[in-house]
Amino acid sequence: MALTDTITALQSDFGDLVLSEFRGQHRVTVCRAQMYDLLQALKVQHAFDMLVDVTCVDYLHYRGATDRFGLVYLLASTSTNARLTVRVLLNEPELTVPSVTPLWEGGNWLEREVWDMFGIRFDGHPDLRRILLPDEFTAHPLRKDYPLQGRGERHNFPVLARGDA
Amino acid sequence: MAQGGLPMAVELPENVVVSKLDELASWCRKNSLWPMPFATACCGIELMATGASRHDLSRFGAEVFRFSPRQCDLMIVAGRVVMKMLPVLQRIWQQMHEPKWCISMGACASTGGVFDTYCVVQGIDRFMPVDMYVPGCPPRPEQLIQAIIDLQDKIQREGTVEGREFESVARQQPKRALLELPVIHVPVIGK
Repeated sequence: MALTDTITALQSDFGDLVLSEFRGQHRVTVCRAQMYDLLQALKVQHAFDMLVDVTCVDYLHYRGATDRFGLVYLLASTSTNARLTVRVLLNEPELTVPSVTPLWEGGNWLEREVWDMFGIRFDGHPDLRRILLPDEFTAHPLRKDYPLQGRGERHNFPVLARGDA
Repeated sequence: MAQGGLPMAVELPENVVVSKLDELASWCRKNSLWPMPFATACCGIELMATGASRHDLSRFGAEVFRFSPRQCDLMIVAGRVVMKMLPVLQRIWQQMHEPKWCISMGACASTGGVFDTYCVVQGIDRFMPVDMYVPGCPPRPEQLIQAIIDLQDKIQREGTVEGREFESVARQQPKRALLELPVIHVPVIGK
């Protein structure tokens, strides 16, 4: 099934989709409530069997942006070679979305990274811990309101002198 | 010389040299440095080049890189150290036996370099002792060799059998991390 057919089918199944296209790359923006159903349909009915990446964009202070976070799912189909970008716009305080690990097992670590860096919670994730930063880290440093030089995290270590063994 | 009227012979055979025990120990130590390569970034590549045949670190008796801290006495920190790595670095440093020395190789290990971000330690000397700093991004092998030569001079100059030089006041200066407060920048609100 060609990608245009997929998008037409999605439009009839899910009402308020925002579609866009840039140089042959197609993008679908979906609301938070319909997100899981849409991804499930893409996997089950439209053969998008590979979750390439889950990432996030913080649009704080971004010119013309109306929403705070843009959660991005990059999908690919190994049978049709089609690729599709699914975006979900999120705003505080509703920063929880359903986890896609039941659909794609590979989403596990990708969602942990988004939680670590942006603080987006994934409902139903089997093990939502930090993946890159130390466990005692309290902030989500890729948010734009996080200072570039940190909040003192890189200072809190014991100082070794000569003779400390 | 002999006192109390008893003559004493201090004649030495031709192949005997008299020295101090401290200087003898330092001479042995400086010519058989065993580096611990703590290479985390591109400085590590130059560190490898230094140990390879073209630059030939064995001319200075420091070619035996060991990856076990128990067998090393010279830690070469080559590359940036992130805050998650610093406890590892400190632990390896503590596992090395005295007498031991540390070379901070390159801009990142010495100051954080261009990586002034929330996760990169701004100079390892804030949290552990450093004997030699090598500037450069990354330093050429010649610079690292010069640092090792300078460190050998330092060991010969200051070294003692019991390691008394490590207790001197200059080596016990409070580290910068204890003097500085964490910097917090408030982002500028966009238009």
